[in-house]
Amino acid sequence: MAQPTFPKGGIHPAEHKELTEHLAIEEMPAPSLVVLPLSMHFGAIAQPVVKKKQEIQEGDVIATVEKALGATIHSSVTGTVKSIEARPHPTMVRCDAVVIETTPDAPRRTYEKEDWRKLSREQLLARVKDAGIVGLGGAGFPTHVKLSPPPTAKVDTLILNGAECEPYLTTDHRIMLESSDELVEGIKIILKILGIKRAIVGIELNKPDAINAMSKAAERSAGADDVSVNVQGLRVKYPQGSEKQLIQSLTGRAVPGGGLPFDVGVIVQNVSTTLAIFEAATMRKPLYEKVVTVSGRAINRPANLRVRVGTLVSDIVDYLGGTRDLLKIVSGGPMMGFAMSTLDVPITKTSSGVLFLNSSETDTGLHGPCIHCGWCLEACPMGLLPKEVGIYVEAGKGHLTEKFGVFDCFECGSCAYVCPAKRPLVQFVRLAKIQIKKRG
Amino acid sequence: MKRFLLRLTAARYGSQSEESEKNYGLGEDGTIETLDKKQSSSEPTWSVSVSPHIRMGKTTAGIMWTVSASLIPAMLLSIYVFGFRGLIITLVSVISCVVVEAISQKALGRPISVTDGSAVITGILMAFVIPPGVPYWLPMIGAVGAIFINKELMGGLGFNVWNPALVGRALLMAAFPVYMTAAWIPPVDWSQSPLGVFLGAGAVDTVSTATPLYVLKHYGLGALTKQFGELNTIYRNFFIGIRPGCIGETSAVLILLGGLFLMVRGIITWHIPVSTIASVAILSWIFGGETWFGGQPLVHVLSGGVMLGAFYMATDYATSPSVKSAQIIFGVGVGALTVIIRLKGGYPEGVCYAILLMNCLTPALDEWFQPKRFAPPKQAPVASAK
Repeated sequence: MAQPTFPKGGIHPAEHKELTEHLAIEEMPAPSLVVLPLSMHFGAIAQPVVKKKQEIQEGDVIATVEKALGATIHSSVTGTVKSIEARPHPTMVRCDAVVIETTPDAPRRTYEKEDWRKLSREQLLARVKDAGIVGLGGAGFPTHVKLSPPPTAKVDTLILNGAECEPYLTTDHRIMLESSDELVEGIKIILKILGIKRAIVGIELNKPDAINAMSKAAERSAGADDVSVNVQGLRVKYPQGSEKQLIQSLTGRAVPGGGLPFDVGVIVQNVSTTLAIFEAATMRKPLYEKVVTVSGRAINRPANLRVRVGTLVSDIVDYLGGTRDLLKIVSGGPMMGFAMSTLDVPITKTSSGVLFLNSSETDTGLHGPCIHCGWCLEACPMGLLPKEVGIYVEAGKGHLTEKFGVFDCFECGSCAYVCPAKRPLVQFVRLAKIQIKKRG
Repeated sequence: MKRFLLRLTAARYGSQSEESEKNYGLGEDGTIETLDKKQSSSEPTWSVSVSPHIRMGKTTAGIMWTVSASLIPAMLLSIYVFGFRGLIITLVSVISCVVVEAISQKALGRPISVTDGSAVITGILMAFVIPPGVPYWLPMIGAVGAIFINKELMGGLGFNVWNPALVGRALLMAAFPVYMTAAWIPPVDWSQSPLGVFLGAGAVDTVSTATPLYVLKHYGLGALTKQFGELNTIYRNFFIGIRPGCIGETSAVLILLGGLFLMVRGIITWHIPVSTIASVAILSWIFGGETWFGGQPLVHVLSGGVMLGAFYMATDYATSPSVKSAQIIFGVGVGALTVIIRLKGGYPEGVCYAILLMNCLTPALDEWFQPKRFAPPKQAPVASAK
């Protein structure tokens, strides 16, 4: 089998996926309290439309964004608004949040399924917008905006990103196994919204069962619509799931620096997002549930959990039997995730996993000087010079690093992963970006 | 030059930031970012740092000690060829380098980092490129030049412009030319010599000999075969390492095996060694003889320090370019300068100066040859457009 991949850079970290890849997605019961931050992702902060002590149902709108770029937020439980106050946040440290106390034993809200094929493009897009869907892979770009590219863009291909190249994470893997038919329907919905006929599902070859399941699902529905859905295996190499690398691996097209995928005629969607689009289009179900991988060797029972958005990490820890020898908590994957200083942070729409790492899995040693081994140059998928950026920043000259292309850096962490001196190269790049912006 | 000055600033800045517990206080920008700092409030506390949260197992110290270990076979053969004298000089050299590094770091107010093994490698390599008959105190002088002047005053590990071991050798060549050019001893005949016969410095003068390159340069190929045997014997003995020369440079086969081991471990790549050796071979074949294409490429590659230089000196991370295409140019430069010095220069051997000269070009090569960017922005960068 051909193994398409991106040509430059990349690394092969230990996968650690064996902890959770064979565990079916498990429904976690609603916690007694959910915390819904008013900013969960890229875009404007939402304005709350509920008041303290107001009773609300699962799926009700609690905050909206009127004019600016953003997404609606829905309640993930049936209960009472306890307060609207600043709470710990996985990436923003603190952020205003709607805190809802769950009504015990409230029945789950049910949704009627209908045929999306009867709906127009505009109706489908409106449903995606109403459901508050954002890109669930990381940055959380509002999906209804991504699905309405400017008319000048000549989009011809949809890519479903099933690479899941981050170690530990198995969320997308499990969804592709357990909801393959729904995903193929979701792809067709997106194709209809975009008005195009071609979709490619890219999956790393370390998930042969997912490749198999998706191929069969694509075959089963092959005759139903006039579109093509191809499943393509990809070489196992981090960061295969990065948008630019994935597009190059599957289509050979290179998105220029500062550009977006539609500049080369491609739209990329995440697996979880596509499932949410399917549920929104066929059932009008808003996005308030999320499958997260809870893994690492410091959690007593690793699992793939379907949790309500706003569930606190501390409740997940209690549900999974606590931790042992815990050194670091990471929201997201180990390569690009954020370390958290408290368990009181909620799961947001963009959380793909929570990792509990012990001292054998993560390294907290101090770093040394750059020895110019050049391994970061070999690892960088964007062809940048991480070591030079680090030296400039250490010398207080971070504002001179734009020539090294720091704004092309998407902080995949490959350079810091290979660095034998354990230099915090991603942090150096972030400081360089801040310093360049400050100098204007 | 700009980059060199910047490195100096970085080194100075780095020493300050290390004192403040890796606290990158960037005062004028008002950003204070801390690293690996544990939460200070009530327990329990967890480690918080910037991604990535997993690391490849290799470390700077691991690389240094692996390189040192790969030189042990060459050291053992050197004991067989030159007696225990070479081993003692190597030990003096290693200890001097470690002590000089510790004292310089203490004096410059830097954290003492001798356990990273970089001074040990410098010590071994400096001893490997000086003749076995030199006085025991000579490497101590070399260590001051190699470590204090060339490394610590330049900013410490990673900031030196020239290969430390070769700076040590060049300093000794300039300051003690008699010792460095006359202290050659022939291979030991173990059936005749009791253990340790070469320990006394006085014994050296009586048995001193000439290196193959010296003979070849001044007396020609005929004299070389007269002294060292037919060409096939020369190839065999030189490949194994039975010949006069510097302490650790004689055995082509053991250096080759050590270099291959480093390649397998991913520490060095083929680019610099292959381009260096190939250019020495080709150029000495073309220009090294009475007529064009009449030279002895194998004699040139197997003599002097070509093998040790190509695998262990020219591949030094800090003083060689990082991009592969630049590394090939660097290697060709080393090979070409070596052959020019050997054939036309005043010295019979030129590897040391060839590498030091190419080290000077490394910042320029790094500037000229940059990695191929992934689809860079089409318009000019934001800042320069303003």
